[in-house]
Amino acid sequence: MDDLLTEFVAETREMLGALSSEVVAWEADPADRARLDTIFRFVHTVKGNCGFFDFPRLEALSHAAEDALADVRAGRRSANRRLVDAVLAVLDRIGAMIEDIERGQDHSEGGDEALIAALAVGAAEIETVAPAPVEAATINAAAPTAEQRTIRLPVELIDQVMSGVSEMVLARNDLSRRMQSMGGDTGLEAPFSRLSALLSEVRDAITRTRMRRIDGLFATFPRLVRDLSAELGKQVFIELENGEVELDREMIELIRDPLLHIIRNAVDHGIERPADRRAAGKREAGMLTVSARQSGNTIHIGIMDDGRGIDVDRLSAKAVAAGLRSAEQIASMSREQKIELIFEPGLTTAEAVTAISGRGVGMDVVRANIEKFGGTLEIESSPGEGTRFLIRVPLTLSILPSITVEAGGQTFALPRSYVEEIVSAAGGALEFAQVGERRFVSFRGRRIACVSLSETFGFVGAVEEPSLFVILRLGWGDLYALAVDRIFDHQELVIKPLSPGIMQSGLFVGCTQLDDGTPVLVLDVAAIGYGAGVPRELHRPDTATMTVPAVEREELRVVLLRGVDGERRAIAMKAVEQVERVAATAVRRPGADAQVVLGEDILPLAGIAAGTPLPDRITVLRLCDGDSRIAYAALEILEIAALSGGLARVESRPDLAGIALIEGEAFEVIDCHALFARHAYLVTGVGLSCRLEGDDGWMQNFLGPIIEAAGYRIVSGGQPADIAFITSEHPGAQPTAVPENTRRAIRLTDHPGPAGQDGIYRYDRAALMAALLRAGEELAA
Amino acid sequence: MIGMMLVVEIDGCRAAIPALEVNSVIDLASITPVPRAAPHVAGLAALRSRPLTVIDCRASLGIAPHEAAPAVCRAVVVEHEGHLYALMVDAANDIVSLLAEAEPLGADPGPGWRDMAVGRVETEAGALILLDVASLIEGHDLGAAA
Repeated sequence: MDDLLTEFVAETREMLGALSSEVVAWEADPADRARLDTIFRFVHTVKGNCGFFDFPRLEALSHAAEDALADVRAGRRSANRRLVDAVLAVLDRIGAMIEDIERGQDHSEGGDEALIAALAVGAAEIETVAPAPVEAATINAAAPTAEQRTIRLPVELIDQVMSGVSEMVLARNDLSRRMQSMGGDTGLEAPFSRLSALLSEVRDAITRTRMRRIDGLFATFPRLVRDLSAELGKQVFIELENGEVELDREMIELIRDPLLHIIRNAVDHGIERPADRRAAGKREAGMLTVSARQSGNTIHIGIMDDGRGIDVDRLSAKAVAAGLRSAEQIASMSREQKIELIFEPGLTTAEAVTAISGRGVGMDVVRANIEKFGGTLEIESSPGEGTRFLIRVPLTLSILPSITVEAGGQTFALPRSYVEEIVSAAGGALEFAQVGERRFVSFRGRRIACVSLSETFGFVGAVEEPSLFVILRLGWGDLYALAVDRIFDHQELVIKPLSPGIMQSGLFVGCTQLDDGTPVLVLDVAAIGYGAGVPRELHRPDTATMTVPAVEREELRVVLLRGVDGERRAIAMKAVEQVERVAATAVRRPGADAQVVLGEDILPLAGIAAGTPLPDRITVLRLCDGDSRIAYAALEILEIAALSGGLARVESRPDLAGIALIEGEAFEVIDCHALFARHAYLVTGVGLSCRLEGDDGWMQNFLGPIIEAAGYRIVSGGQPADIAFITSEHPGAQPTAVPENTRRAIRLTDHPGPAGQDGIYRYDRAALMAALLRAGEELAA
Repeated sequence: MIGMMLVVEIDGCRAAIPALEVNSVIDLASITPVPRAAPHVAGLAALRSRPLTVIDCRASLGIAPHEAAPAVCRAVVVEHEGHLYALMVDAANDIVSLLAEAEPLGADPGPGWRDMAVGRVETEAGALILLDVASLIEGHDLGAAA
């Protein structure tokens, strides 16, 4: 019985959540039969379910709503605002009752009779002049959510499976260590690696179970905006774009409040009253857009309104009045810097503190809450045009790409998303400055403050002159350098919550376990930085710093090779499609541009400078940019390596991405972009024309297209051409004769076999291509 | 409140923790220290894949630490408000039955113990001080002791 009740509560609540956007959409278009049916079904279901349980008031309410809606469905009455309001009120009451039922309480307030009376026909017809209706539409509301086959699971069960899988990963790592220590051949390697792969799959799958579509959260917004704007006498049109985004369910809970706060602010302060909007030449109804997009491991949520924008002058005046800034400081600030003032604690722009927003919780708290879990909040505003908020949050809280560092002999992890760069003073490349007790390091032309992790933690005997720094980029582009003793590794770590006793220091966001099971604390880099006095700089990331967002730089796998000139080079492995050895005779070098015959293709050949002597056989890398292909010549392939460090740019060599140090040796890293830009669209047969002799149609239909594809121009019979294709049966043709008006001839035969006196077998495409090349070469000579 | 009690020993004193609250008794081999934590928080350990906050009961009780920390610490694992804690004790071996309901402490057991105890219980192993897990986790309130 208890299970049934729980199920009923959960189901009703879920339906209510899904319904709230439907109701608003229905109100915008009361004639929308589909919406009406959805709401009708809901109250009908609730009424039916009440039969199983003893909830007379719930039953009476849903029954009344069902009756009213049934009348509308039957066309006995029309839906108007009054009815919509009454139905909404009933839905709200049902929601409240469901909460009561779940808590095991009696329904608190009465007044059901009033609600039921409001649904009555008479009441509905008293007032037909409705206040300005709130328009609402949602992009996804256009298609009512299709029912998915789902089962309901307690979250604890999923967590239990998740932690079970995590333990299996630990056990696997342990097993792997033991197998390694046994050395060599245990005979278990194959099943072990299979087990290992399966485990990774299971782990991925279970991680996905924690994901939830963001539209569940978004679905509550239309109702919120409708109620708010009605209360404020405004008209707001909300548009939702969920971008099919899925997010960790914990993350959804965490962003709910900040999002609601920003939306309330937008409706309350951002969007003007209809009269003001009219006066400003805008549509009376304001537009609020909430969108979600996935970008790599980050979700971008944008909240945009077309309201009056942030009044920076009033904001500045408030900041001065509150003593946060002096008038001189304000005078020297840019508009963007002034907008940033909204994040100062203790500032609220609303003249009157309304019930909706501005109740003490300021934007500073909103931003701090978003930053707490590794997100960022940015704001842009143009006067009279509106305000745009951009929230960026990591996809999941539970698995965090991290780097592990050591300080004071202890290992810590920090989220990789904050890491801008890792720099070392070892090479003497860093410039330091000491200002009082604060050390600064120069980084990209800026002096940024150093914070020693050991000092933060009060480790005794901290290294006096730290030399290894992790440059961290905080929410708004504030940079600081965290001095650590060692840097270990990049790892994907599963983050677990810490007990309040440990959290209270505010220096950690959670803990995690290394492969061997050792717990490791995850640093709250924002709290550590700001706690150590790193200033919250009021500047927007300018374009120069915007170009280096804190995205993780993937290790670039490169193929190391020795070029035909003996130079060591590296080329991105992604670009290499195939490597083959070919005879030097397959290379055609009419001038500066070389080509090579590879199988059935003729490709532009890069990597050979004019005049370089070639050995008998060379290695050719077939490169592909996904579309076009080129070849790159080399003497030999050395190995495959990872390019992790930076590149030293060589100004005089635009063909190189730079010089990289790989295992102590310098390699020229080939700039694939420049390479393809230079060679890819070079068509091999440029400038040469071919004439196809013979009238049996084979030449035109079979040979013509491939010759043309190789870049040769086909001319029709009799006209002058560089190369002629003739068949061995060509009437009157001598084996060495060249047809009139052509300079070279390629003879084809329909007898299979090696190319000989009779010519090339006409289906030996490679030989055909080679002959074409040779002819072109002879002509160029 | 008739039930089973886990008998623990801290600094030569025997005390009781309700067995119902005890998740398991483990030996901690290594503890990861937590910088800037309260003195009675000895650090972090892991029970399989769940993190354990290690509480040094001696510190909670205001007792001086061991002169030489033992290589392996006996700890009582309890769950409190959704988090797992390992209460470091000197020994935890017996589970005994209660003979009577808990009574008030009566005489003052001395500073430290005073704040961590909820009463006195009669058990098969004699009269024991009944420890309050929540207080141990919260730690010795220095303000109250002063």
